[in-house]
Amino acid sequence: MTLSESTAAPVGEVVLEAVGLTKHFPVRRRLSDLFSGTKAAVHAVDDVHLTLRRGRVTALVGESGSGKSTVARLLAQLYPRTAGDILLHGTSTKVHGGRRFRTYVKRVQLIFQDPFGSLNPVHTVRYHLTRALKIHGNAGKTSADLEAALANLLTRVSLTPPERYIDKFPHELSGGQRQRVAIARALGADPEALLADEPVSMLDVSIRLGILNLLKDLKDRLNLAILYITHDIASARYFADETMVMYAGRMVEGGDSETVTQNPAHPYTRLLIESAPDPDRIEGIADPTVLDRGNGEPPSLIRPPAGCRFNPRCPHAMPRCKVDLPPRLEIGDRDGHWAACWLYDAETVAKEGIGSAADVDSAIPTPPALTLTEEAR
Amino acid sequence: MTRVLTRPLLEIKNLDVDYGLGDEAVKAVRDVSLTIHRGEVVGLAGESGSGKSTLAYGVTRLLPPPGVVSNGSVVYHPPTGDPYDVLNLSHHELRKYRWAETSIVFQGAMNSLNPVHKVSVQLMDAIKAHEPTSSKASRLARAKELLRLVGIAEDRLEAYPHQLSGGMRQRVMIGMALALEPQLVIMDEPTTALDVVMQRQILGQLVELRERLGFSVLFITHDLSLLVEFSDRIAIMYGGRIVEEAPSAAIYRDPKHPYSEGLLRSFPALRGARRELTGIPGSPPDLRGMPTGCSFHPRCPKAFEPCSTDLPILGKPDDHVGEPRTVACWLHPVTAG
Ligand SMILES: Nc1ncnc2c1ncn2[C@@H]1O[C@H](COP(=O)(O)OP(=O)(O)OP(=O)(O)O)[C@@H](O)[C@H]1O
Ligand SMILES: Nc1ncnc2c1ncn2[C@@H]1O[C@H](COP(=O)(O)OP(=O)(O)O)[C@@H](O)[C@H]1O
Ligand code: SF4
Ligand code: SF4
Ligand SMILES: [Mg+2]
Ligand SMILES: [Mg+2]
Repeated sequence: MTLSESTAAPVGEVVLEAVGLTKHFPVRRRLSDLFSGTKAAVHAVDDVHLTLRRGRVTALVGESGSGKSTVARLLAQLYPRTAGDILLHGTSTKVHGGRRFRTYVKRVQLIFQDPFGSLNPVHTVRYHLTRALKIHGNAGKTSADLEAALANLLTRVSLTPPERYIDKFPHELSGGQRQRVAIARALGADPEALLADEPVSMLDVSIRLGILNLLKDLKDRLNLAILYITHDIASARYFADETMVMYAGRMVEGGDSETVTQNPAHPYTRLLIESAPDPDRIEGIADPTVLDRGNGEPPSLIRPPAGCRFNPRCPHAMPRCKVDLPPRLEIGDRDGHWAACWLYDAETVAKEGIGSAADVDSAIPTPPALTLTEEAR
Repeated sequence: MTRVLTRPLLEIKNLDVDYGLGDEAVKAVRDVSLTIHRGEVVGLAGESGSGKSTLAYGVTRLLPPPGVVSNGSVVYHPPTGDPYDVLNLSHHELRKYRWAETSIVFQGAMNSLNPVHKVSVQLMDAIKAHEPTSSKASRLARAKELLRLVGIAEDRLEAYPHQLSGGMRQRVMIGMALALEPQLVIMDEPTTALDVVMQRQILGQLVELRERLGFSVLFITHDLSLLVEFSDRIAIMYGGRIVEEAPSAAIYRDPKHPYSEGLLRSFPALRGARRELTGIPGSPPDLRGMPTGCSFHPRCPKAFEPCSTDLPILGKPDDHVGEPRTVACWLHPVTAG
């Protein structure tokens, strides 16, 4: 068996880095575009910076359509990028199919959201896993080696005893079991980085936990760098060391997960956290007017708003927000906590703000300490 | 707050649904009775395999073979005229009923958009089916309005489904269901791919629309968290049966069935102290080898002596006073009748 149980590399070593990663999807030109000479495109991802480290989970959260899956696909080199760079151990990589793609994929594996679509229904678990082991040269020399490697993979994802699962077809497995097989298949490459695109959102709440705990355990034991994409910020708190928030194709906030979820700085992150189920609102039907919703439309990504992309929805928008793109600004409460928001630029606030960032804090109610789970006890 | 229960819209009575016939049959839905009132949002929750989709397909007569309704009735009360049993409709009547009275958003609907047609074409076709005499311009305007309703910028009308993210496809399907302005909208896990801001927005729109247009919603999900806020009543399903039904706030504040309690406890908490999550131990039952007695007993932390042998019946617990609620658990005995 060639899979490394614990790798010598230290926890925290940078494995994969995105620098200014950008992806625009061209859309068909309209007549008017022909005349104006502009090329219309969906600005799916713009200038994304992201670092994945060994033994750490980085969560990427954001609203539907914000570009999370596109980031994952770019990092997996499934799409060519429009601009920016992807560094694997500090080396710029650009691969389009062929051998170099294979070497890259061996080190960076992607797990898809849909455990129903990602396994071929006509093939057994044995087929899927054998193929992954062989492609990546981890199948050993003899058939006994292969059997041992297969059993090992299934054991790693807690499908035990392996004999019970190895000859099953995908339709004979539950959603959670299928997702475990998909994870086992990714592990067959013995990767350094795992990109998990919403690995649990199609699964039951009760099964979700099992898969998240499994990933956590793999991170520790195999010293993997994991990108955990989710639309559920509560699960990011529970599972990720670091959390990055995306809005309309751009990163808007980042920091350690506890800080980002407990002291969110960016108005979008606050909206996200405010929107979480709240026992105090549970009095039969929720009043839909309580929260920002009416102007809650995500912006066009073909003609994204100038300046801060959140400005049309932002309750704190200042004149500058409509013009200048806010840079990453340190929040100062914890190391590494930043937000791309003019509220954290003292000069701008002094000149244009109706209040300081501190006033904003009081404007947005502090979440009550109760939780759904705790109260249910 | 409990809404005053108005006239019933759909009365499901003692429904049994099997996949297959005879001894081989999988008993996917057992003895389910559930009433959806006019203008009401009813939530149906439970783990996967508990029979939620099967129930939805059964009441709309869209069961894929070998599914059959083997017992029960589904009485529909139209806005005008006499109530009738949907299960007795002829194929012709059924077609009319489906267009005008109910629309259903299927589970995995995000993959059921036609890949070769633009979103605009698919939305406008749905509107045309509902209002054959409408003009093209008014259909386009309505299509834009529907997209806005589900939070998609109108310049994406010209996109093909593969150009949209998973959550965006899900939202287009929700828009399509609303295009038909039905009396009852059945939504089978329509928001699993959406973040809370978007879910809240869509559910909020739905609740607002239902107030304006007066339709009812049966909302199916395995995620209780938002359901609790946005529905009037919630029914919890386990192993093909409804095991608890109560006003949403009551289920949330005081779940009586240990399974409901487990479901409520399976969410990571965003607020308060971080802690290990337990969820529900074990896995859902195999319908071919259903446990005897209460089918939850192998996983139930509170199981006691009668649980493994005697089936608890669903009913108002003897010790309960107040808003109507029912539960099927030996911890809350029900005097039959
Ligand atoms: N092949 C494509 N052609 C054109 N636009 C695309 C394509 N793929 C994605 N997009 C657009 O890029 C944006 C980001 O999509 P992406 O799939 O990355 O979102 P996401 O954050 O993963 O959303 P979700 O949570 O709904 O899965 C969306 O506006 C989407 O419509
Ligand atoms: N076409 C089918 N043939 C046989 N069994 C089925 C079919 N569809 C669903 N079932 C079974 O019926 C049970 C209930 O399924 P379903 O209604 O889809 O549950 P839910 O929607 O609650 O996840 C499951 O055990 C499932 O395996
Ligand atoms: S930069 Fe301006 S518009 Fe953007 S989030 Fe901050 S305050 Fe709001
Ligand atoms: S009847 Fe018994 S086993 Fe079933 S839920 Fe109640 S206590 Fe648990
Ligand atoms: Mg996605
Ligand atoms: Mg279902």
